[in-house]
Amino acid sequence: MSAALLELRQITVSFDGFLALRDLNLSLQPGELRAVIGPNGAGKTTFLDVITGKTAPTEGDVVFKGCSLLGRPEHRIARMGIGRKFQSPRVFEQLSVQENLALAVNQPKQPWSLLVGGLNATQRDQVHHLMSIVNLQNRADWAAGSLSHGQKQWLEIAMLVGQDPDLLLVDEPVAGLTDEETELTADLLKSLAGDHTVLVIEHDMEFIRRLESPVTVLHQGHVLCEGTMDQVQADPRVIEVYLGTTAEDNG
Amino acid sequence: MFQAFSQRRWLLVGLWVLIIAVVVAAPAVLPVFRLNLLGRFLALSIVALGIDLIWGFTGLLSLGQGIFFALGGYAAAMYLQLSNAGDLPNGIPEFFGLYGVKELPFFWHPFASPWFALMAIWLIPGILAAVLGGLVFRNRIKGVYFSILTQAALLVFYNFFNGQQKLINGTNGLQTPATKLFGQYVGSDLMQRWFFWVTAVVVILIWAFLRWVVRGRFGDVLIAIRDDEPRLRFAGYNPTLFKTLVFGLAGALAGIGGALYTVQSGSASPQFMEVPMSIDMVIWVAVGGRGTLVGAILGAVAINFAKSLVSEAMPESWLFIQGGLFILVVTVLPEGVIGWFRGEGPGNWLNRLGFCLNSLGNWLIRLGQGLIHQGNSSPWLKALRISALGRCLIRWGQSLNSVGIVRRIVTYPRLELEGQLEVQP
Repeated sequence: MSAALLELRQITVSFDGFLALRDLNLSLQPGELRAVIGPNGAGKTTFLDVITGKTAPTEGDVVFKGCSLLGRPEHRIARMGIGRKFQSPRVFEQLSVQENLALAVNQPKQPWSLLVGGLNATQRDQVHHLMSIVNLQNRADWAAGSLSHGQKQWLEIAMLVGQDPDLLLVDEPVAGLTDEETELTADLLKSLAGDHTVLVIEHDMEFIRRLESPVTVLHQGHVLCEGTMDQVQADPRVIEVYLGTTAEDNG
Repeated sequence: MFQAFSQRRWLLVGLWVLIIAVVVAAPAVLPVFRLNLLGRFLALSIVALGIDLIWGFTGLLSLGQGIFFALGGYAAAMYLQLSNAGDLPNGIPEFFGLYGVKELPFFWHPFASPWFALMAIWLIPGILAAVLGGLVFRNRIKGVYFSILTQAALLVFYNFFNGQQKLINGTNGLQTPATKLFGQYVGSDLMQRWFFWVTAVVVILIWAFLRWVVRGRFGDVLIAIRDDEPRLRFAGYNPTLFKTLVFGLAGALAGIGGALYTVQSGSASPQFMEVPMSIDMVIWVAVGGRGTLVGAILGAVAINFAKSLVSEAMPESWLFIQGGLFILVVTVLPEGVIGWFRGEGPGNWLNRLGFCLNSLGNWLIRLGQGLIHQGNSSPWLKALRISALGRCLIRWGQSLNSVGIVRRIVTYPRLELEGQLEVQP
């Protein structure tokens, strides 16, 4: 077994005494596709905040490619190869679709190179390729703010892919999407796994099932269990936290 | 397509020829007093360009640009005072004598060099802005807190400059008209004419430079900071660095504006750092149009001209007019005049006009038909004419509407028009 790409070691996050995460351990192998589910308030978003440097853990360590991420600012963590898609789509609304993608694809991300240089041919091709993947090639010059909700979700996913991160953290990618869009998104994420490591947080169980990936269940800031979707759904503890009844009551 | 492009290009060439002609001919056409005002207002428009960069594009509302404006002005005035102090007692500027100062304060010395002064005009405010801004941005202070901090800094500088009689002549400021530059009095008509030309050229150069900055991907990053700064971090960009850079740049521009304003207005004084002055600067940009560059220039020049004209005719009333103007812009033209013009404004307007013509046309046709149905032979012709006019109006309405739609961004809905072009006699 190769070394883990990302490892969370005994992470605890305390907000004024409230433990959003407690003693959380998780590791991701390179190329893995992993789904994380959990009821509201389980700490799913905090967990992403810790990885991406938005929130500093009270205790524990986050190790990515063998380096600790603690104390690094968000943009450096992003440059190390961690990309994040937010829960509600966050794109740069006043910029066009093309400009949004160009910012994601662009390297290096320094003021001087942005002033004097343009995208090179490979990067331009990549922008066009990304637009065709998410079906926005006819919208290249539209302001991102004028796109529909689903299109914004896809644009953000395309921006994430354009950053070419080793690890993609995807927070609720199908919230508010139609069934058809949901299916396409699942296929897209599956096709990304392998070359990339993908971690998906989602409420939509059908979507998670489609991903055919290992599932980690979070509950009260702690990993409740891990396994395939079927195993997890059959686990009495999972049923308890989701339905609020104990397995004994049911039995 | 090609034709449209070349037409546009000719339009641009024509516009530039016009601008150059105006700049060259202005001293010959305008009275000295007006020319001097225009030169001053152009100097102010340099500050406005800087504010447009940080506020219009990057979303940083600074209410303290007066600091950098004043520093540029003081740098220029200090050089002028020093270069003319040779014949005076002690060889230092006259005002020091009022306070019994015999030695030139240490920080004055480098300003004896014209090269140092030329650099100091923009470097000192630029570096100060970058340092102050960097400290604030590092701590992720933004929005209204940033604005309040800049205003507070402005007050600190204002009070400091006001109180330092022995260092910089305190509240009186430094006067320039009686100083000499290239053997001419700075206040002379000849020098003022040259200052006007220099200012005009500098405005054009800075406009072109900023346009280059904001048109490319650097500008996209600035807009992205305005839209969603945290998101940009996760895309691997460091917004603090970009914000520090543009705030420093805006500070440097304010310094240049301040220096050019000072030599044309005749003094650099702490009044540059009064709170209303810095707020006025923001209003020029808001009225002209945030994020449009040209809007900043037009806003600064037009509002200041309006101010001087109104103040000449009806002193006391200007503040009410300016307040009203600001309210009008916030409520009716949130994008400012140029922003309105470049955006959906004219398109919307054409649409609405088209819609009105369409309704009128329909009404006329109905009127005509009503007359026809009455069956009288005499108004028959009249009725036909009325309905023909109605049809005509509908056609105009429709074409205005389609012109309007072209001017609008594609995503906006088309106004539905109804036109009953066939009339049955």
